[in-house]
Amino acid sequence: MGITGLFLISFLMVHCFLNSLIFINDGGETFNLGAEFMAKNWVIRAMEIVLFGGLLWHIIQAAILTRENIKARPVAYAASNPSANSKWYSRSMGLLGTILLIFLIIHLRHFWVVSRFTDEITSGRETLFNEMKEVFSQLWVVILYCLAMVSLGYHLLHGFKSAFQTLGWNHVKYNAIIEKTGVIISIVLPVLFAAMPIAIYMGLIK
Amino acid sequence: MSGNMNLTLKVWRQKNKNAEGKLVNYQVKDISPDMSFLEMIDVLNEQLIVKGDEPIAFDHDCREGICGMCSLYINGRPHGPKDRITTCQLHMRSFEDGQTITIEPWRAASFPIVKDLAVDRSAFDRIIASGGYVSVNTGNAQDANSLPIGKEDADLSFAAAACIGCGACVAACKNASAMLFVSAKVSQLALLPQGQPERYLRVHNMVAKMDEEGFGNCTNTGACEAECPKGISLSNIARMNRDFFVAGIASDN
Repeated sequence: MGITGLFLISFLMVHCFLNSLIFINDGGETFNLGAEFMAKNWVIRAMEIVLFGGLLWHIIQAAILTRENIKARPVAYAASNPSANSKWYSRSMGLLGTILLIFLIIHLRHFWVVSRFTDEITSGRETLFNEMKEVFSQLWVVILYCLAMVSLGYHLLHGFKSAFQTLGWNHVKYNAIIEKTGVIISIVLPVLFAAMPIAIYMGLIK
Repeated sequence: MSGNMNLTLKVWRQKNKNAEGKLVNYQVKDISPDMSFLEMIDVLNEQLIVKGDEPIAFDHDCREGICGMCSLYINGRPHGPKDRITTCQLHMRSFEDGQTITIEPWRAASFPIVKDLAVDRSAFDRIIASGGYVSVNTGNAQDANSLPIGKEDADLSFAAAACIGCGACVAACKNASAMLFVSAKVSQLALLPQGQPERYLRVHNMVAKMDEEGFGNCTNTGACEAECPKGISLSNIARMNRDFFVAGIASDN
């Protein structure tokens, strides 16, 4: 889970950086350039396959581990006070991840499928930036994306440092840096991502 | 005596491993706040015996917090509401007069219930037997510093060796994972020169045994460390993961 998790975080960073180009507010010119580069570069195309593999492996591992974990405690406690010893989001990674998966399916339908499998964008008649403006003109989409980003924030808040612990990359000298980096990533990425639909919906991005 | 407490207890009663169990309500009266939790159960058991009922079976031995025998999941936490103590060191003053206390056994497929609140923790013994030792006689105590060991490593090893194998880590973990226990037993030897020859074989075998015994997986919630009566650190789990990784790629076992 750790390796795939960190890999997926590295993707999120690239994704977040490229999409943040809309904040330049130049009518999507820079953003479209970036999107075109990503669409035409064969290294990126190859990485897309690795990315889907990594995502799938992350989900499969989670499913296997969850099954084993349920089997390891067949009888639940009648009285349980888990908040006394652990954070709720560290115990809810499966739930947060499932919310993210549902979001991801809708998100891929919104952008990936449209940009890859319909000829409006591939033929150059339409741009990804315009697609973004259209999708984010719907209020329910904006709300859904924001809720999903809350999920992402908590998922990363546990996931980032948990990955380092799982991989054994743990040292008194670096633990504080890992912890702080995790917190920063879990705030900055979701906030930037959520700001995109909000800004477009409110008409701040022309 | 004034200040004594009356309590309602909900205790898990189960005849044997295969029987159906259930929570049974008991009233205990005039409990001294200075009694330990186990002494409070002793009082209840004396009442039960006088009435001709079956006393409640529960594990206990040294009653001074060092043997690891007492267990009990009290009001949703292993060893009750206080941090870093065993149940025998928990006193009734940690509870309120009139309070309802739910007492359950450790819940894990790998810790089958023997009777009532007593569980079979021999899975831990089998994990130790799979590699938690050094295969040489260490003989008598040597001259000081004939075998140099860094102070930090000695301290870390000693801290890991403080594990009393009570199983609170498994009981607390939402996945019933034994990683904290196993990592303490791996680390105490991995940090010392005597543990080096078998270091990677040990971690390989002990983790394999742990999985075979049916314990769950570690998701790093940290519940084990928070509930451990001896304060065993999560860094032991990271060390074990590191060693396990090396064992997987670089050793011939």
